[in-house]
Amino acid sequence: MNELLAIFRRELGGYFATPLAFIFIVIFLFTMGAFTFYLGAYYESDQADLTIFFNFHPWLYLFLIPAISMRLWAEERRSGSIELLLSLPVPLWAAVLGKFLAAWAFSGIALALTFPMWITVNYLGDPDNGVVLAGYLGSFFMAGGYLAIGSCLSAVTRNQVIAFVVSVAVSFLFTVSGLPIVTDFFASWAPQQVLSTIASFSFLTHFEAITRGVIDLRDIVYFVTLIATWLIACGIAVDMKKAG
Amino acid sequence: MGNGRKGRSGGARGRDAINRSDSDMASGISAGAAGGEPMIVIDGLTKQFGPFTAVDRIGFSVAKGEVLGFLGPNGAGKSTTMKMVTGFLAPSAGTARVCGHDIVASTLDAQRMIGYLPEGAPAYGDMTTRGFLTFIARVRRLSGTQADKAIDSAVEATELAGVLEQPIDTLSKGFRRRVGLAQAILHNPPVLIMDEPTDGLDPNQKFEVRKLIGRMAADKAIVISTHILEEVDAICTRALIIDRGRIVADGTPAELMSRSRYHNAVSLTLGGRTTVEAAEKLRSLAGIESIEVAPRGEETTFTLFPARAGEGDTLLVDAVARLAREENWQVRALYGEAGRLDEVFRRLTRSGAGGKEAA
Repeated sequence: MNELLAIFRRELGGYFATPLAFIFIVIFLFTMGAFTFYLGAYYESDQADLTIFFNFHPWLYLFLIPAISMRLWAEERRSGSIELLLSLPVPLWAAVLGKFLAAWAFSGIALALTFPMWITVNYLGDPDNGVVLAGYLGSFFMAGGYLAIGSCLSAVTRNQVIAFVVSVAVSFLFTVSGLPIVTDFFASWAPQQVLSTIASFSFLTHFEAITRGVIDLRDIVYFVTLIATWLIACGIAVDMKKAG
Repeated sequence: MGNGRKGRSGGARGRDAINRSDSDMASGISAGAAGGEPMIVIDGLTKQFGPFTAVDRIGFSVAKGEVLGFLGPNGAGKSTTMKMVTGFLAPSAGTARVCGHDIVASTLDAQRMIGYLPEGAPAYGDMTTRGFLTFIARVRRLSGTQADKAIDSAVEATELAGVLEQPIDTLSKGFRRRVGLAQAILHNPPVLIMDEPTDGLDPNQKFEVRKLIGRMAADKAIVISTHILEEVDAICTRALIIDRGRIVADGTPAELMSRSRYHNAVSLTLGGRTTVEAAEKLRSLAGIESIEVAPRGEETTFTLFPARAGEGDTLLVDAVARLAREENWQVRALYGEAGRLDEVFRRLTRSGAGGKEAA
C-alpha cells in the first residue's frame, strides 16, 4: 500500500512537473467549450441541462485520453526507468494500479475544471443538479475505461506513437460497438444474442444511460469490470516482458 | 496480477530442477572466497531470448566483504545476469538467492535486500534529484526522519548536495550516474549490484566512486560490472570473467594475472642506441625463454619471458640489473611484471578460446 501511494504521488506529480498538464487541461477545456457552444449549439437548444456538453465527452476522450495513457509504460520502457521500477520492491499490481490511478486522478482534475459549465447552466436556468452530477460521474468512469485500455496498450510497446494510435483504434471500437457501424457488420449473420452482447460493450450506451440521470448499478459495474479487465491485461503484459 | 507472476515462476522452477545437477558442479568452484557468509547465491541461472542463450547455467556466490568484478565483452551476459538477480528479468531456468530470499519465489523480499544501479543509471528525468530520492525512500518504506537521514547520507556520499533541486534531465552524465548511485545505496542494502558504476565519470569522480565502494565493502556483498580492467585491480577482491553466457575465469585479480603470459616476465627499458647488442646480451642470460623488443622514441623496452613461469623472477630481475651495470646501459625502468589483466581477458574471451579455458 505504501508502494502504491508512492507511485501514485510520483506519477501525479510527474504530470505537473512538465508543461504537459497545463497544455492538456487548457486544450481539454477549450475544445470542450468550443464543441458545446458552437458544434452543439448550446444556446440555441434552449435547454437548461448539460446533455449537449456530456454528449461530446466520449469523442473528446477518444483522442485526449490516449494522449495521457500512451506514456504510462512506453515512456518507462524507452527511457529504461522501467528497469529501476521493476527492480524496486514494488508488487506488480501496485505499479499498474498506482500509474492508472494517477492518470485517472489527473483526468478527474481536468474534468472538474469544467465546473464553469455547471455554473453557467445554473445561472441560465434551473437544471436538475442530480442529473448533472450523474453526468460527471459517468464521464469520470468512462475516462477510467479509456485510460485502462490505453494503459494496457502502452505496456505492449516502447513506442508512444504506436501506443496512441492503437489505443485510439481500440477505444473507438469500444465507443461505437452499439452503433450501426459495428452492429451492421454482425447483424446479417450473428444471432441476436451475440449482437446484443457486442452492443452492450458500448461506452456510449452505458454513458448515455448514466447522463440521463439514472445511475444504474449495471452501468457502474460495466465500467469497473472493464477497467479491472484491462488493468489485469496490463499487468500480464508487463510481466510477460519480464520473461523476455 | 500478483498471481500471474507466481504462476510463471512455478514453471521456471520446474525446468530448473532438470538443470540442477549441472549447475551444482558449476557453482562448486566458487564458494565464498573471502570466507564470509554468502549473501548472493546464484545457481544454474539461465536466460534464453528465443533461440539465443544469453546466460548459460551460471553459478557462483558472493560473500559479505567481497567486491566482485564482473567482466566480459559486450553481450557476454553481464547485464542480463544482473537483471535476473535483481528481479527485473525472470530467469528461463535456475535461480538466485539474495540473503536467503529466492529471487523467483519471493521476489519482493529479495529486492528489499538489494541496491541496484541499472546500466546507464536510468531515473525519472522530470523529477528533481531530491524528489527522485524521496520517491525511492517512500518505495523503500522509509519515512519521516528515517527517510531524511537516509537521503542526507546518500547525498553526502555521492556529493549531490549542489544539484538537489535540479531536474535530473538537466544534469550532466556524471551527476546522473551519481544520482543512480545515491538511489542504490539509499536504504543501506546488504547487497549492492552496480552495472558499470563509473561509466561516464571523469577520473576524479571515478576515484571518488571507487573510494565510496571501498568504504562500503566491509559489511556488504558488492557486485560491479565494468570494462575498465584497472578498476578490477583497484577495488575488486575477486574477478569473474564471463564470455557468451558462461564463466570462463573466477579468482582474485592476482590469480587472474598469474594466468597472463606476462606473469613474472621482466620488463627493461633502456635509453640510447644499444638495442641490437643489448638484445643479444639479454638473450644469453640463463633461464630466458624469449625476448620481445619494442622501440619507442629514444627508448627501447625489452620484455623477457622466463623459461619456467612462476620461478625465479626476482633472480631474473637481479641478473638483468647486474648485466645492465656491467654493460653501463642507461636503465630507464626495470621491474618484474605481475601479469596483465587485459591480456588474460582478451585470451579468455576471444571467440573459440572461451570454452576451452573454462575453469
